Amino acid sequence: MSNRRCTVLICQGTGCISGGAEQIFSSLEEEVTRLNLGESVQIKRTGCHGFCQRGPLIVIEPESIFYSKVKLDDVPEIVQSLLPEGKPLERLFYHDPVTGKPIPHYGDIPFYNKQERTVLRNCGHIDPEDIGDFLAVGGYEALRKALFDMTPEQVIEEVKHSGLRGLGGAGFPTGRKWEACRVAPGEEKYIICNGDEGDPGAFQDRSTMEGDPHSVLEGMIIAGYAIGAKKGFVYVRAEYPLAVKRLKIAITQAREEGFLGKDILGSGFDFDIEIFQGAGAFVCGESTALVLSIQGKRGMPKPLPRPRTAEAGLWDKPTLLNNVKTFANIPLIINRGWKWFASRGTEKSKGTAIFSLTGKVANCGLIEVPMGITLREVIYDIGGGIPGGKAFKAVQTGGPSGGCLPASFLDMPVDFDSLITAGSMMGSGGMVVMDEDTCMVDVARYFLDFTRRESCGQCIPCRLGTEQMFEILDDITKGQGRPEDIELLLELSDAIIHGSLCALGKTAPNPVLTTIRYFRGEYEAHIDEKWCPAGVCRELIKEKGSSPETVGRK
Amino acid sequence: MKEELLRRILSSYKGRREDLIPILQAVQANFGRLPEEAMLRIARFIGIPESEVYSVASFYTQFRLTPLGRKHVTVCRGTACHIRSAPQILQEIEKVVGIEEGEVTPDLEYSLETVACIGCCALAPCIRINRDVYGELTPERARELFSTSKQMSP
Repeated sequence: MSNRRCTVLICQGTGCISGGAEQIFSSLEEEVTRLNLGESVQIKRTGCHGFCQRGPLIVIEPESIFYSKVKLDDVPEIVQSLLPEGKPLERLFYHDPVTGKPIPHYGDIPFYNKQERTVLRNCGHIDPEDIGDFLAVGGYEALRKALFDMTPEQVIEEVKHSGLRGLGGAGFPTGRKWEACRVAPGEEKYIICNGDEGDPGAFQDRSTMEGDPHSVLEGMIIAGYAIGAKKGFVYVRAEYPLAVKRLKIAITQAREEGFLGKDILGSGFDFDIEIFQGAGAFVCGESTALVLSIQGKRGMPKPLPRPRTAEAGLWDKPTLLNNVKTFANIPLIINRGWKWFASRGTEKSKGTAIFSLTGKVANCGLIEVPMGITLREVIYDIGGGIPGGKAFKAVQTGGPSGGCLPASFLDMPVDFDSLITAGSMMGSGGMVVMDEDTCMVDVARYFLDFTRRESCGQCIPCRLGTEQMFEILDDITKGQGRPEDIELLLELSDAIIHGSLCALGKTAPNPVLTTIRYFRGEYEAHIDEKWCPAGVCRELIKEKGSSPETVGRK
Repeated sequence: MKEELLRRILSSYKGRREDLIPILQAVQANFGRLPEEAMLRIARFIGIPESEVYSVASFYTQFRLTPLGRKHVTVCRGTACHIRSAPQILQEIEKVVGIEEGEVTPDLEYSLETVACIGCCALAPCIRINRDVYGELTPERARELFSTSKQMSP
């Protein structure tokens, strides 16, 4: 007789699926059925657990045993280990890359234990395709509380006091945006959740939508109640089919349970949500462009001066546009109160930040950390440092709108304002670590190649300026750089920043400016010595007298 | 047949301006591309000039006027992939499959394109073949991937 009850959670995020997690899931189910263990063993699919690089991941509750890099062949043994006399499989444990010691419980793994997973609290723990799971962890209670115990004004006050800032990149105070939208004249108002995530190197919106779609919907419904909207759109990247699928399921289930639709929970409040699939345009991260895109037009930002989207957005009606993570924070703030939220993070950046930690770092994945944590803690403690005994060179944050910071910034706290001061930005949360084998000129060229392709083309500084900068950078990486190029790049940057219509152009020079500011020596080596110190630029790889270690580092 | 399919797609929309992008997406999902005749019909259905339909179709990277191969290969050129040698992976695939980025093989077996980011950065560098993602590639693994999938194809 088996009386041991356990739940096997198997991650079904995009990363783990690419490692065969779907087959492992079915095989686990079959094996459990075959051995007649259905009474004591529950197999559940979850969203992204964050540690994508080690996938496919399995967590066995209640003990929180963590298996990584699981293969289909491991399934019979895993099921055997669940029998009353079974023992956990040590070979599937995470092994510390430094000490080689096996770590059985995920809470003890350095990648997890410095994190503060609040927005991502459900990702990896509940089945995103089952609303019952979400309800079991207190889902939609914040909606109930907002609808029945709070006025819309009180909801907005709560959000305002919490200090939450928009997590889509710019960090605008969320409560102020909500208030502007609530007081904007007009009966018809809209909510838009921006899940377009066009930044290369970022995937947290994807993971949140895939792993915990109901939290996003709940935040949107509460926002609808607060500002007086009846209709919301989730704008999702077309490249994210799994996110679209899970959101569709979640919307249907929420309607069935009375959380969406007419007269929500008998409160008299009507609100419904539709999915709009983006069609691939980075510039649609700009609110005026995103709105035009939903209206079936080219997503081109409106020229200045333009009314704010909160006053005239979708079909010129007041529209509240927030990021996926911003909405996912709302139920927490309503449930636990603004004081709890405001007690975390730094003075001006409250709560947590979510990063896609990738690049030349030992532990890649999705992490959530308190605002104010240092870059060193993120990269070395959570990320496990630089693999292969290589030296850290830079960390890139904020995607094409951000910049590359050198080692001298490792002890800088990570928050909205510190990053801006350093010449970078939070952006949508990409954090790409670079080691000595990364060429900073090549990285700058890479980002300019991206922005010139994504420029919508309507304003000349952005359309022609980014093209010019790209060509100069391309020349430098090919050994055709001229001594005056660095000054020319700085001049062009200035013109693009001041002359562009929207944030795409205004921030496009950032990767170039920061790489010149912090790695000027590397530019000079390319231009004056026709040599690429990192050995990346093909035309410039050659033996050189001076050692690469001395170039481009502060 | 095709006429019938197009009619069926259009009939599930009201013909409002905001239906344009979803209609283009549905047509492309069914036809594998946006045929010229279809764009003309969509323009009439919504009541806008054909140039407007073309203008939207050409603005967004998702839309294509030429067909895809049976195996559509998307190479991620996100930042994490880039610094972990995505350019070399792309070169290798171009060599093995024999076409360049943006092209389709004459037998329509393969099409190859790059995309800003697949969102699997922790597995960088990665590519997608149809709906499946392959991560942590090296030029060698990419080559193997294509030589085996070539053998598997009839």
